[in-house]
Amino acid sequence: MIQIAEQKTPKIVVNNAKSKAVSNSKKEFVFQTKNFDLWYGEHHALKNLNIDIAENEVTAVIGPSGCGKSTYVKALNRMVELVPTVRTTGEINYRGRNIFGTNYEVEELRTKVGMVFQKPNPFPKSIYDNIAYGPRIHGIKNKKILDEIVEKSLQGAAIWDDVKDRLHQNAYSLSGGQQQRICIARCLAIEPDVILMDEPTSALDPISTLKVEELVQELKEQYSIIIVTHNMQQAARISDKTAFFLNGEIVEFDQTDKIFSNPTDRRTEDYISGRFG
Amino acid sequence: MKYLNDVLVMKRMNSRLTFNKVWKAIFLLATSFALLSLAVLLFRIFSQGLGYLNFDFLTNFASRIPGNAGIKAALIGSLWLMAVVAPVSIILGVSTAIYLEEYAKKNKINDFIRMNIANLAGVPSIVFGLLGLTIFVRMLDFGKSILAAGFTMSLLILPVIIVAAQEAIRAVPNEQREASYGMGATKWQTIIRVVLPAAIPGILTGSILALSRAIGETAPLVVIGIPVILQFLPTGLLDSFTALPMQIFDWAKRPQEEFQYVAAAGIIVLMTMLVLMNSIAVLIRNKFQKRY
Amino acid sequence: MSQSVQSMIAASRNKKSKKIIEKLVPIALFLAAALSVLTTFGIVFTLIFETFEFFTRISITDYIFGTEWLPFSGKEPLYGVLPLILGTFKVTFIAILVAVPFGLGAAIYLSEYASDKTRRIVKPILEILAGVPTIVYGFFALTFITPALQEIIPSLKIFNALSPGIVVGIMILPMIASMSEDAMSSVPNSIREGALGLGSTKFEVAIKVVLPAALSGIVASVVLAVSRAIGETMIVSLAGGSTPTFEFGFTDSIQTMTAYIVQVSTGDAGYGTTIYYSIYAVGFTLFIFTLAMNLLAQYISKRFREEY
Repeated sequence: MIQIAEQKTPKIVVNNAKSKAVSNSKKEFVFQTKNFDLWYGEHHALKNLNIDIAENEVTAVIGPSGCGKSTYVKALNRMVELVPTVRTTGEINYRGRNIFGTNYEVEELRTKVGMVFQKPNPFPKSIYDNIAYGPRIHGIKNKKILDEIVEKSLQGAAIWDDVKDRLHQNAYSLSGGQQQRICIARCLAIEPDVILMDEPTSALDPISTLKVEELVQELKEQYSIIIVTHNMQQAARISDKTAFFLNGEIVEFDQTDKIFSNPTDRRTEDYISGRFG
Repeated sequence: MKYLNDVLVMKRMNSRLTFNKVWKAIFLLATSFALLSLAVLLFRIFSQGLGYLNFDFLTNFASRIPGNAGIKAALIGSLWLMAVVAPVSIILGVSTAIYLEEYAKKNKINDFIRMNIANLAGVPSIVFGLLGLTIFVRMLDFGKSILAAGFTMSLLILPVIIVAAQEAIRAVPNEQREASYGMGATKWQTIIRVVLPAAIPGILTGSILALSRAIGETAPLVVIGIPVILQFLPTGLLDSFTALPMQIFDWAKRPQEEFQYVAAAGIIVLMTMLVLMNSIAVLIRNKFQKRY
Repeated sequence: MSQSVQSMIAASRNKKSKKIIEKLVPIALFLAAALSVLTTFGIVFTLIFETFEFFTRISITDYIFGTEWLPFSGKEPLYGVLPLILGTFKVTFIAILVAVPFGLGAAIYLSEYASDKTRRIVKPILEILAGVPTIVYGFFALTFITPALQEIIPSLKIFNALSPGIVVGIMILPMIASMSEDAMSSVPNSIREGALGLGSTKFEVAIKVVLPAALSGIVASVVLAVSRAIGETMIVSLAGGSTPTFEFGFTDSIQTMTAYIVQVSTGDAGYGTTIYYSIYAVGFTLFIFTLAMNLLAQYISKRFREEY
């Protein structure tokens, strides 16, 4: 029995440098989820979730495909509502206010909670217009201010140097990795409080993935980041806390190094050691 | 034990292969028939009409003397007609397409609207003429004017534009909409700033093709009763007018053989406009193809 | 920047006007969509009301079963619609006889034999053929096909059913070809490969495998083409003539339903006369035939849709 357990021990190395900062802080929670359930039609996709997510951290959400991890993250900015049959009960509080409450404007929520998607999805417009899109729809028209925002956002996404000479080229002239960083910059342009990332590197090559991961580390100084990933090494490398989802439930939520070195639940252990998923 | 007799199989093989070849030739012949028809049609019309096609033909009004007959009033009239049909049909068609693709929930009313559009596309153009005659010419009292004909034509090509615009809007990937919503954009902002700009090439291509159908359409104009021999140009939307296909119809009906050549010349003018419009449509289609 | 983007966003947020736009836009768009329904109602009610007026003057049984259509005979006008329907059917019959073999042959060639390059050339040409205005086809029928046929059949009149029938066939051919080709192209290649792997020739694959699998799409295309042929106006007006008869030959002058409407429209029948109302009755009859065909085509392609 012990031997088997030994074999199961994951060989994933956790970046220890950042784990110490987490435990003793007095950070506020950005999202507090209470008894949250979600259905797609008849399908019970999320079951009685209870999870608090702290600010200025990277929270990874892992689990096999179909476990509800993407659904949960899309619930945080109510993107799930684009599916017409969705139904929810319970609460998700953003900074203390239930986002599913009756008078919460979804546009206001999404201005605070930005999102980066699985596949890079820049608009077929110029790089500049892509970044300026968010500020513009929210009524910022001053050209000088927009110029400033564009530069600042592109720098924030560490892609300014690559594109500063071709801001008016179509965003689709860039490589996939660059496109994804443009999408991150587009998200930064409205200075959100939280950034949701839904498997942001799944469509990228290893080098672009690395760059995005480095970027996530930098962004965490200013933003709270929640990242869905099917890549456990990635979760181990970049996150402070990790939530493991299975069949719509949270099996375990803890410090990332704890999850990967000494998980409490047998199913977590099975998953991270590659037994399923 | 073998069920297949090799010798017999080989014997049949030859006839089967010959059969295949013969039928391939027959199918090719069938295809060539269509191409040949088009070639003969174009050749006939050009050989009949080119002699009558000159600058005077474009700038003269209609006449009882074939040599003096010109197409000025019809040409200008067709342009007036398009000036009504293009904005009316495109605005209505694109609005309907946006409603059906972006807003309409799946319910009975919207299913009915969809089914209705599909059936409207199959209504003969002459029936639209009867509608125009009753509603626009008589009930709304527009008379046999550009406006009456323009509205009738707009309704006629509306289903074509709706379907083209729906396809163009559907071709915009959902990720584009999600990106916009994710920034806190409202639905209308997303449609007007993201979906429509991406769908415009497809909408334009479909609209131009639909308009080229309207410009060659004759039957509704005949039923509305627009005149053919006009010696003046319209100056406003409620003026009476004539149009290219109407003029050609009138010439083609006349017993004098010479008017046939005049009609052919008119057809060349009409077909040239169609080719121009179609080329623009193809150009737009090729320039903006596949961008994601 | 002196202030944060979020504070600028908060400052410039004008909730009221934004909210009003979001509420009004879908209503405006719905009204546009409803207009197409209104058009259908407009057509149906126009036809029904004016036809009703017509039937207050002419008995409905005389109309439906009458075999003589003589509206212009001053003393005793007769409104038996059967000659017009027969004229329409004659033209449609010849058109289908031309369009189905040639259109289907072209569809099989394009879908099963032709290289990509050939397809890229031929399909746009078919599109051009489909885009030729019917007035041009009518002119072609009158000035070329009819004289050419008269060389072969000396008894052929200047106005007849044969010539417009052939040209209507050419007109609907691209429709059958392209819709059938679409139906056959959507038969998955794995099915073709299965048959080819057993040693079938391409012809056998096309006839025994692809054609049956695509049959519903092909039949639907033919039914739609029939509907188009029935409603076709300018070709039959120019080349068909204006002599409605209840005889079954193809060489004499005829009149179709559509050609009758054109004849009255270009004539000087005043508003309110029985002749004026008769075009609505004929238009209504025409509408019922085409609607039935369209619904049938929809039923066929829905009911017998192939699932791969």
